[in-house]
Amino acid sequence: MADRSPAPDTPELRERWGAFEFNESYRARADKAIARYPEGRQRSAVMPLLDLAQRQVGEETNTQGWLPLPVIEYVADYLDMPVIRVLEVASFYFMYNMKPVGKYHVQVCGTTPCMLRGSDGLFETCKKRGMKKGHVSEDGLWTLTEVECMGNCATAPMVQINDDNYEDLTPERLDTILDALAKGEQPKAGTQEPGRHTSEPANALSSLEAMVDENHDYRSEWS
Amino acid sequence: MLADKDRIFTNLYGFQDWGLKAAQQRGDWDDTKSLIARGHDNIIEEVKASGLRGRGGAGFPTGLKWSFMPKESKDGRPSFLVINADESEPGSCKDREIIRHDPHKLIEGALVAGYAMRARAAYIYIRGEYIREAETLQAAIDEAYDAGLIGKNASKSGYDFDVFLHRGAGAYICGEETAMIESLEGKKGQPRLKPPFPAGAGLYGCPTTVNNVESIAVVPTILRRGASWFASFGRENNKGTKLFQISGHVNKPCVVEEALSIPFSELIEKHCGGIIGGKDNLLAVIPGGSSVPLVPAEQIWDAPMDFDGLKDLGSGLGTAGVIVMDKSTDIVRAISRLSYFYKHESCGQCTPCREGTGWMWRMMERLRTGDAAIEEIDMLQQVTKQVEGHTICALGDAAAWPIQGLIRHFRPELERRIEEHNAKFAPDTLEAAE
Repeated sequence: MADRSPAPDTPELRERWGAFEFNESYRARADKAIARYPEGRQRSAVMPLLDLAQRQVGEETNTQGWLPLPVIEYVADYLDMPVIRVLEVASFYFMYNMKPVGKYHVQVCGTTPCMLRGSDGLFETCKKRGMKKGHVSEDGLWTLTEVECMGNCATAPMVQINDDNYEDLTPERLDTILDALAKGEQPKAGTQEPGRHTSEPANALSSLEAMVDENHDYRSEWS
Repeated sequence: MLADKDRIFTNLYGFQDWGLKAAQQRGDWDDTKSLIARGHDNIIEEVKASGLRGRGGAGFPTGLKWSFMPKESKDGRPSFLVINADESEPGSCKDREIIRHDPHKLIEGALVAGYAMRARAAYIYIRGEYIREAETLQAAIDEAYDAGLIGKNASKSGYDFDVFLHRGAGAYICGEETAMIESLEGKKGQPRLKPPFPAGAGLYGCPTTVNNVESIAVVPTILRRGASWFASFGRENNKGTKLFQISGHVNKPCVVEEALSIPFSELIEKHCGGIIGGKDNLLAVIPGGSSVPLVPAEQIWDAPMDFDGLKDLGSGLGTAGVIVMDKSTDIVRAISRLSYFYKHESCGQCTPCREGTGWMWRMMERLRTGDAAIEEIDMLQQVTKQVEGHTICALGDAAAWPIQGLIRHFRPELERRIEEHNAKFAPDTLEAAE
C-alpha cells in the first residue's frame, strides 16, 4: 500500500482554501458527471468530482493541482456524503495528489516493461535537472513521481506529464521535452521514435499496410 | 500469419480517423439493428459457439458468463454491463489501442452484448491514467448518441440502452471485478467476498456482468462473420484472434492482432523483428502480463501462445502482454520490481496480501544483492504459498506467482548471488582482511 496522508489541517490551509467552490464551468461538468448515475446513487460521482476539484485547484495555482482538506470537505458537501468517505477515496487512489505538486507532474513509469527498455536513464535525467521524487522543485516547475505501469508497454519507456504521454523515450528525448515545457511550449505527445505512428512495429509494419494511406474496408475480401 | 482481412481491429494503429463516419466506412454500426433482431439467446448461443474466452486474463468463456444473467427481473432490479477498461497489468497495452483508435467497435459491442444479457446500461470503467483515451471514448459515445445508435430505441432496434464512461484514478486493484463495482459506487476499490457473484448482486446490488474491453469489442464482428469464422483460428478450446502486446527486449515492440495458438517464435520473428541480439540471446519470457510466472527461453520458443499451451508450461496467457527479457536482464531485479508493484497496489484489505507483498518485496531485494541465506529461498517459497489462495481476490496470487516462477527456473542464479555475496564475509576472508 502506498503511504498517503492528507496535508496538515492548518489555519493557513483553511484561510487559503476554506472558501473553495466550483466555478461555473467546473460546476457544469460536475453536475453532468452526477447525472451519469442512477437517482439516489450520486456518491458514485465522487471520483469525477475529486478529479474536477483537483483540476480547478490546479488552474488556480498554476500546477497540476491537489486536494487540500477543505476542498475534500466541499466535495463531500456537494454530494451529501460524510467527509471521511470522501477522504478515504481521495487517499486510496494514486492520481489524487494529497500534497501540492509542481506545474508539471513528471510521472516516470518504473515498472518492469519500462525498466527493461531503460527507465533508469529517465530517472537519471530527471535527477540531473534537480528533481527529487515526491518533491516540488525550487522553481515550482516540477514534481517527480515514480509511477506503476501506465499501459504503454509496447512504446516503453514512457513518462506522463500532466495529461499527456511521451513514449519511446531516451534520456536525450526526455531532456528535449522537459526543455520545451520549461519554455512554455507544448511538445508533441505520443511516441518520440522518428517514423513511428503509434504502437505498430516501428518503421517495419508487419500487417494492415493498406490502412496507412486509405481508410480501407476489408469487407469485400471476406469470404 | 493472420490475413489482414481476418483482423477485427483494422484501425489498430490509428492510421485512420477513429470517428463515427470513418468507423462506419470500415464496417462498424452496419445494420446493428439486425444483429439485435437475432434475439437475446441467439446472440449468447453464437458467442458460445465461437469459443470466445474472456480477454482480460482469466479466460472464462464469455457466452457462458452472459448466460448467468437473469432472463427476467422478478423484483424490478435492472441489470448492468460493466466493461473493464482498467488496463493496468504490467505488459498490457491493448485496450488502450482499441479505445483510442477503434472506440466504435467497443460501443457497438456494448450495445449488442448489453442487449444479449438484458442489461439496461453499460458502464465503461477506464483507468484514470488513460486521460486522452477517455476523451476520445467520451467523444465517440457522444457521437453514437447523436446518431441514435445508443440511447432510446438504440439503432432503431426498439431497445433502450445507455453507455456511460467512468474514469478511475490510479488503482490497479480496480481491475478486479468486484473492486471495480465498489469503485463505481464511489468507494475505495476493495474487492468483495464472493458469493454473491456479480451476476446475482453486483453494481448497486443489481445483476451485473463485468467483461474486458477486447471481449466486448470483438462481438459485433463475430456475429457478422459467424461463430465458425472466429472458431477457425486457434486450437481446440483456444479459439479466435487476439491482440498480443510484445514489450521488452525485442527489436520492434508492438501491439498486433494474431490468431491464438501462434507459436512464440513466429510472433516474435514476424512482427517484432526478433529478439535483440538474436534467438540465442533470449533469457526468459513473461507471456501474459506480470501476474503469470516466467518461462525460460528453451521452453517458450516453440510454445503455442494460447490459454492451454502456456498453462502446460506452468504459466498462462493472461492478457497476452508478452514481456521479453534477453540475457542482459537482471532477472532477479526484473521480478523484484514486479513484487514492488504488487506491494504498491495491494488494497490493504486482507492481511496475507497487505503484509505479504511488502515482506516478499523486501526479501526479493535481499535476494537481488545476495544478502540472504540459502534457506531463505525456501522460506520465501513458503511465504508465497501462504499468501496464494488466502486472500479475497487474486492479487495475492498474482504477487506470489512471479516469485514462484523465478524460484522454479532460476534457483541456481539466486544461490550463486547468495554465495558470491556471503563469500565476502566468510571467516577466512575476514581473517585475511585483518
